[in-house]
Amino acid sequence: MADPTVESPDAQETAAELDPAAQKNKQLLDLLYRLFGQDAFTDVEEPYGFLTATTTREKIHDIIAGLQQDQELQLNFLTTMCGMHFPERKDQELGMVYMLHSLVHNVRLRLKIFFPIGDPHVPTLTELYSAANWMEREAFDFYGIIAVGHPNLIRILNVEDMDYHPMRKQYALEDGTREDKTDLFFGR
Amino acid sequence: MAVNDTLEGTRKIIEEAEAQRPNLHPLAPTVNDFNQELTTLNLGPTHPATHGIFQNILQMDGERIISGVPTIGYIHRAFEKIAERRPFYQITPLTDRMNYCSSPINNMGWHMTVEKLLGVTVPKRAQYMRVILMELARITDHLICNGILGVDTGAFTGFLYLMDEREKVYEIYEEVSGARLTTNMGRVGGMERDFTPVAIQKLRAWLKSFPAVMREFEKMFNRNRIFMDRVVDVGGISAERALNYGFTGPNLRAAGVDYDVRVMNPYSSYQDFDFEIPVGTKGDTYDRFMVRNEEIWQSLRIIEQALENLPEGPYHADAPHFYLPPKQAVYQNMEALIYHFKIIMGEIDAPVGEVYHSVEGGNGELGFYLVSDGGRTPYRLHFRRPCFIYYQAYTEMVVGQTLSDAIVTLSSMNVIAGELDA
Repeated sequence: MADPTVESPDAQETAAELDPAAQKNKQLLDLLYRLFGQDAFTDVEEPYGFLTATTTREKIHDIIAGLQQDQELQLNFLTTMCGMHFPERKDQELGMVYMLHSLVHNVRLRLKIFFPIGDPHVPTLTELYSAANWMEREAFDFYGIIAVGHPNLIRILNVEDMDYHPMRKQYALEDGTREDKTDLFFGR
Repeated sequence: MAVNDTLEGTRKIIEEAEAQRPNLHPLAPTVNDFNQELTTLNLGPTHPATHGIFQNILQMDGERIISGVPTIGYIHRAFEKIAERRPFYQITPLTDRMNYCSSPINNMGWHMTVEKLLGVTVPKRAQYMRVILMELARITDHLICNGILGVDTGAFTGFLYLMDEREKVYEIYEEVSGARLTTNMGRVGGMERDFTPVAIQKLRAWLKSFPAVMREFEKMFNRNRIFMDRVVDVGGISAERALNYGFTGPNLRAAGVDYDVRVMNPYSSYQDFDFEIPVGTKGDTYDRFMVRNEEIWQSLRIIEQALENLPEGPYHADAPHFYLPPKQAVYQNMEALIYHFKIIMGEIDAPVGEVYHSVEGGNGELGFYLVSDGGRTPYRLHFRRPCFIYYQAYTEMVVGQTLSDAIVTLSSMNVIAGELDA
């Protein structure tokens, strides 16, 4: 549908230059490329103003440690991290998302790594951030992502004798064999 | 750490006293023999002072805590998994049940996340209404936390009077949404209905009566010798450690860091209001108490400004694909019937994308990370629950302190089991 309010590409570019949030993202991206090289990042995008980049699990620890030490933008607050599961992506099934925040400059960064489900190992961040301890245990509990070097990697919210990782996509929410709750419209 | 120094100091005094009486009796055990007899204490899961179901297995040397192992997950309800099967509007009741002391903040935070994904702009009036409700929720949250801190130190009176005030706020919620505790308030795109005249009247009456009660509560506690002896320098954490542990909200501000999502990334027109962020210095229980008290006054200021300047206009966005039409219109209007059916049956797809939105919850930065693959439900929804992240610091904060200090520390951190376990 044609929208008369959409500005020309040139005008949009100028607006992006003036927008302080977009400028900060650009500054952050420059910093990332300078510190770790342009090859370290793929799929760089800014969904809803949140700078997002994909990297590899070999590099993620060095990147987060480097950003924590960096004095220019001071990305030294770990907002959250969580696991993800995309069963249809061959050899990239499991993922881990890290969100960092600079409380001084108010700029956020989301880093993602993807790895095969047969080898779900990531480096731990517990020696950088104490907050990472339970977040990594949560990712292990729900997705079976093993944080190598974690001091106490056991289940956190589910019962200890559970033998699967329930947030993986192959586990349907309800038991598909139940017959007492038939609802054709909602696929039960 | 200072607390461990105290522990070592106590040990030293005992050992010196022991050295004064050598060879007391061949059968009398020495103090060191006693010191090695550590007690294991199960604090929780259902202890009246934990205000929720979570367990701490503490190793005690007499009254002092040597180490602790927290166990959580007793009320885990798999909200993130359930959310992957529910349309967006059905996820709001799940958010109610996270921090159930301030449900409206969770509700509004979720609505704003979905609105951000859909690109819906909410009219000014709805934004101001949301601000009023969110600040009321913040006040009730802090009232409960500070009132119960009083109970845990032996002063029941303050709690009793504050519960009365909370009841009045719940009556306002009731007038606005029909519910009290798990409010399910608002809709994606705005509010489900405008404030009724009764709601405005109740709100104004409460704004008039509450400051006197709050002042009385502060007079009872702020400079109370008994209370201060129990909470000053108890369960402290440095700003550096707090940031490393991912603290947010009043607990971080008590340690002296002025991070508040309302100011740093304003949402729902918070930039229109004039308010201050109180900060503490030492991050101890007393600082947390004082920061929460001051935030209650600042929230009152915000509510008064929002109510004073409440703009006229619609109370929801013009987003028929996502905002449920009024029930009356469904019976009389063809389009309303169609949209009602489509929304309820989940036939409307959301755009593909990923969005993170955070609001300042009662306990800190409450974040929603929503990944949409274009279907009617989220592909992945992750809640950043402030309690879950900062509760892991609890062991470090209480080691070396006495059991009674551990109780007030837990109380002042305001750990809500629903949010902790999700």
